[in-house]
Amino acid sequence: MSGIQIKSLYKIFSENEAVALEAVRNGMGKSELLEQHNSVLGLQDINIDMPQDGIQVVMGLSGSGKSTLIRHINRLIEPTSGEVLVDGQNVLNMTDAELQQFRAFKTAMVFQKFALLPHRTVQSNVEFGLEVQGLEVSERRKRSQKWIERVGLGGFEDRYPSQLSGGMQQRVGLARALATDAEILLMDEAFSALDPLIRTDMQDVMLELQQELKKTIVFITHDLDEALRIGDKIAILRDGAIVQQGNAQDIILRPADDYIRDFVKDINRARVLRVDSIMTKANSKTKGPEIHGDIRLDEATRILQEANATQARVTDNAGKTVGAVSLDIIVDAMVEKVEVVSTV
Amino acid sequence: MSWLDEFPEMEKTALRDLRKGIDGGFREFTRAYGDTIESFFFPVEWFLINFEKLLLNTPWIVVLLVLCGLVYFASRSLFLTAGTFVGLFLIGYFAMWEDAMKTLAMISTATLSAIIIGIPIGIMMAKSDRVQTFFNPILDVMQTMPSFVYLIPVIMLFGIGKLPGIIAVIIYAVPPIIRLTNLGIRLVDKEVLEASDAFGASNWKRLTNVQLPLALPTIMAGVNQTIMMALAMVVVAALVGAPGLGKPVLQAINGQFLFMGVSAGMAIVILAIIIDRASQAYGKRIQEHREKGH
Repeated sequence: MSGIQIKSLYKIFSENEAVALEAVRNGMGKSELLEQHNSVLGLQDINIDMPQDGIQVVMGLSGSGKSTLIRHINRLIEPTSGEVLVDGQNVLNMTDAELQQFRAFKTAMVFQKFALLPHRTVQSNVEFGLEVQGLEVSERRKRSQKWIERVGLGGFEDRYPSQLSGGMQQRVGLARALATDAEILLMDEAFSALDPLIRTDMQDVMLELQQELKKTIVFITHDLDEALRIGDKIAILRDGAIVQQGNAQDIILRPADDYIRDFVKDINRARVLRVDSIMTKANSKTKGPEIHGDIRLDEATRILQEANATQARVTDNAGKTVGAVSLDIIVDAMVEKVEVVSTV
Repeated sequence: MSWLDEFPEMEKTALRDLRKGIDGGFREFTRAYGDTIESFFFPVEWFLINFEKLLLNTPWIVVLLVLCGLVYFASRSLFLTAGTFVGLFLIGYFAMWEDAMKTLAMISTATLSAIIIGIPIGIMMAKSDRVQTFFNPILDVMQTMPSFVYLIPVIMLFGIGKLPGIIAVIIYAVPPIIRLTNLGIRLVDKEVLEASDAFGASNWKRLTNVQLPLALPTIMAGVNQTIMMALAMVVVAALVGAPGLGKPVLQAINGQFLFMGVSAGMAIVILAIIIDRASQAYGKRIQEHREKGH
């Protein structure tokens, strides 16, 4: 089994973790725990199956424990109890030496505030992970050069981080992580410190690279738009517990509780929902243009209007008709009235 | 009611016995281990003597130009380099060249020793709070104890001459470098350290590639202070026979020679300004790219 599995993970920041853990297992809440045990509940009973070669987003507001969670994957934080399995191997059983190897070759991390080395040039920053891996100078040069070009920083090799804009600094951070060739990319609010336009830009850079590289990415964010845009799978965290897991369609169409309903209220549904998430059963009478299932509603509406139709057939990759949508259903879905029939 | 008028002092005889005991004990310790301790400091003495010889045996013009070159390398400032030339020339012109070179040798040796001793201690203090709480009071005492006081055990151990002088200077000059190394490492951005860990760097790699380089501006400030402390102590160390510019000052005090005292004093001031400005400019230059932000 590959990918990353997190199993019943607990993290309690406490003088006496064992006692506090027992209390939490017996149902004690966050505020009582702070009051009675002077302990902070970081994470409780986290179970996530992160897809291999996909983007797992962990979303939550500040204090929800998302940054704590991502640091358990490369064990920058020790859990109170639980398991973190990467390719079937429990990270928590590794010796110090094994852990160093694991961090150097298997995982790479991108940080919210970039965390570049200010006294090193762009090139030298990108080579940091390669130095740790023990690569020869010539090989380091070659690889760092390649990734600097790939993230669009060609010509900036000899600049220092302080001479670059935030977006460019994070490109260095991304190149530093990608250069190690690690299968797992941990991104801790990687784009949160950037301006909205540059953030979208960086998301595009990442998605484009991901198309080709197919890494296992764990992406932390507090921004639902970002989560819906890039996540193959999304887990929403609140007060250290997972409230809902699923893909973007699930979360918008079937919010688990009022908390999430509130969250998704302001989302532009037309741009996130796919037609195959809201389609009805097709019958022999279904007419109209063909629309591929992964088309978003805004695009589908445009196709219908251009064809001057009120109905369309939804097709799958093979071109087979799998369902039908009408303009009415699309409009209902945009204003949250649709009863979901089928999902991907 | 005599205890109200007079402080309840220790009994006269007991106090005298205590004094005798400690003094005698230390004297015996000196006799037993003085040579061993002295041999421990042999490298320092060796470096001091040879560096002094080098400065004195090289033609003055070569030394002068090399010093100007070093200042230029450190500061990249022509103004400071020209000032150095004029200042050093004046020292020589007023017949202080030889003493100034001896002082320079003392300061260099003391600073180098202080760095070699101080940086590892500073690193250990930064790594462990326990080590920090152990060393902090010691450093406090070292910095507040009047410098004349620790000349006493130094004389008892090593007698009079160069070695006790340089050791007194090192003891006096080492606290700032220790403190600022500790501080500099503790101030390193936590996120950068986390990044270093996340990429699997070993502790050694983290120390040499992240902590020390990022702490370097603070450490350089410590080196600068250490040099200044060493300069101040060099004069006091003349009391125990240390060579250099302190000697004419001491003679001037004994004989009330105003001109001799002032010119030796001015020579010290000139050396201090040159070294201070050059080392500060160097410190500033190496942190050109270090400011965070965009």
